[in-house]
Amino acid sequence: MRRSKQRSALPGFGLTMGMTLFWLGLVVLVPLSALVIRAAGMGWAGFAEVGLSPRALAAYRLSFGAALAAAAINAVFGLLIAWILVRYEFPGKKLIDAAVDLPFALPTAVAGIALVSLYSDNGWVGSLLAPLGIKVAYTPLGVTIALVFIGLPFIVRSVQPVLADLGRDVEEAAATLGATRGQTFRRVILPAILPALLTGFALAFARGVGEYGSIIFIAGNMPFKSEIAPLLIITQLEQFDYDGATAIACVMLVLSFAMLLFVNLLQAWRARRGTR
Amino acid sequence: MSGSHPTTVESPWARRALIGVGFLFLALFLFLPLVMVFAGALAKGWQVFFDALVDPDALAAIRLTLLVAGISVPVNAVFGVAAAWAIAKFDFRGKSLLISLIDLPFSVSPVVSGLVFVLLFGAQGWLGPWLTEHGVRIIFAVPGIVLATVFVTFPFVARELIPLMAEQGRDDEEAARSLAATGWQTFWHVTLPNIRWGLLYGVLLCNARAMGEFGAVSVVSGHIRGLTNTMPLHVEILYNEYDFVGAFAVASLLASLALVTLGVKTVLEWRFGIHRAGAAH
Repeated sequence: MRRSKQRSALPGFGLTMGMTLFWLGLVVLVPLSALVIRAAGMGWAGFAEVGLSPRALAAYRLSFGAALAAAAINAVFGLLIAWILVRYEFPGKKLIDAAVDLPFALPTAVAGIALVSLYSDNGWVGSLLAPLGIKVAYTPLGVTIALVFIGLPFIVRSVQPVLADLGRDVEEAAATLGATRGQTFRRVILPAILPALLTGFALAFARGVGEYGSIIFIAGNMPFKSEIAPLLIITQLEQFDYDGATAIACVMLVLSFAMLLFVNLLQAWRARRGTR
Repeated sequence: MSGSHPTTVESPWARRALIGVGFLFLALFLFLPLVMVFAGALAKGWQVFFDALVDPDALAAIRLTLLVAGISVPVNAVFGVAAAWAIAKFDFRGKSLLISLIDLPFSVSPVVSGLVFVLLFGAQGWLGPWLTEHGVRIIFAVPGIVLATVFVTFPFVARELIPLMAEQGRDDEEAARSLAATGWQTFWHVTLPNIRWGLLYGVLLCNARAMGEFGAVSVVSGHIRGLTNTMPLHVEILYNEYDFVGAFAVASLLASLALVTLGVKTVLEWRFGIHRAGAAH
């Protein structure tokens, strides 16, 4: 089969490729196509009835809105944390650097019950906010807080390596030309790290839209108010409405693939910029 | 160092302010939740904490979680090594498409990951009637939990090994082959030692996710106590029954697992220069 032994003298391509394709098909592609085929069989009217119902639209709005808000908050603070980790020396720096990945490692349900206990009216943080009239738990704000927790590492880990590779010479040039530190940041540093920041933003956003475990405890789960899209899928399933669950899942799937495409385009853009 | 280019550093007070804000943000969003888990677990003392852990339902949940991770992690590790071998050591068309397909489970909501298996194997799913007829239970039973976990943790090992093995190239393997080593010998004695730390790194992250997965497993489990409850699901049940100490006690085991994972991962990054996989997980 192999045309030239020169190209790769190694064996096992057929075996490993076969295993890869078989396993990928069995575990990922067949199950996902079951979803698409089921949705296709529903017809547009049936699909829209549930998938685009007012309750579903409210759920998408919350899921996407909170994910957007959280990603924006993280873009600011994640950039700040990446900045201090790359540029400054302070005690406990290595510990902080390692701890940034905690949201990747901590099971979402654990994060969920911890966050709601902190931010409920008698929790450590919630009791400080309650007198100010700020209610976090069981509101859309709570959903956003949970997504800030989940999304932080995406931004920090996207920006950090780019910031570390950034040469100081451009900054020095800007400074010798009389730029203030603020101007240098806005005009020199920010444009250089913007693609990485956007990638992190998109990854955090995409993860936030589909997030379930860390949210359901802190969200009130009230239809039209604090019900996220993944929870609505579970509600439909509990009523044995497979079609309804499928329709909502399909809308989410399409939107998250659009995000994935966006991330890939960004990375292609970064690669092009990098070679210049 | 900082003194030589005074124009490219912030003033000391600006630096302190930035570090302060960063610390405050991390304290509020990372450290406080972590402290909360352990404080909640020990709120009524060590005795209540231990009692919650040796509760038969909690023990059953721990056993099930270990079983599920014990199946899905090795399966995905073998897949990951095979996929990385095919993708990194050979040239073929459609390579980047294949990598994207392997990464697919990362971009699917956990709930949707569970849903697809209900659509296949559930009572009203495609194979549901046939399975019922033959007395096979997948949904609301252990096989469904394993399948959902395998799906969710599918890319972890592969995405760790593909760049590592691509970077290492195939010179070592080709040298072994020219010395008449068989394919398996080459793999065992040349490739595996080269990738062992990267493999460990991938397995570690895969395991953390497998043991902690909640959304996907929640959809397929049916929450039957003592039978189909994993640790994260048991945490949810206890919490919803207002048994906060019990919930946090089981949660503290999972949090400890997360801390151990982070610790070993950090050591691997520092000592062996394993790259930080961060951004896409």
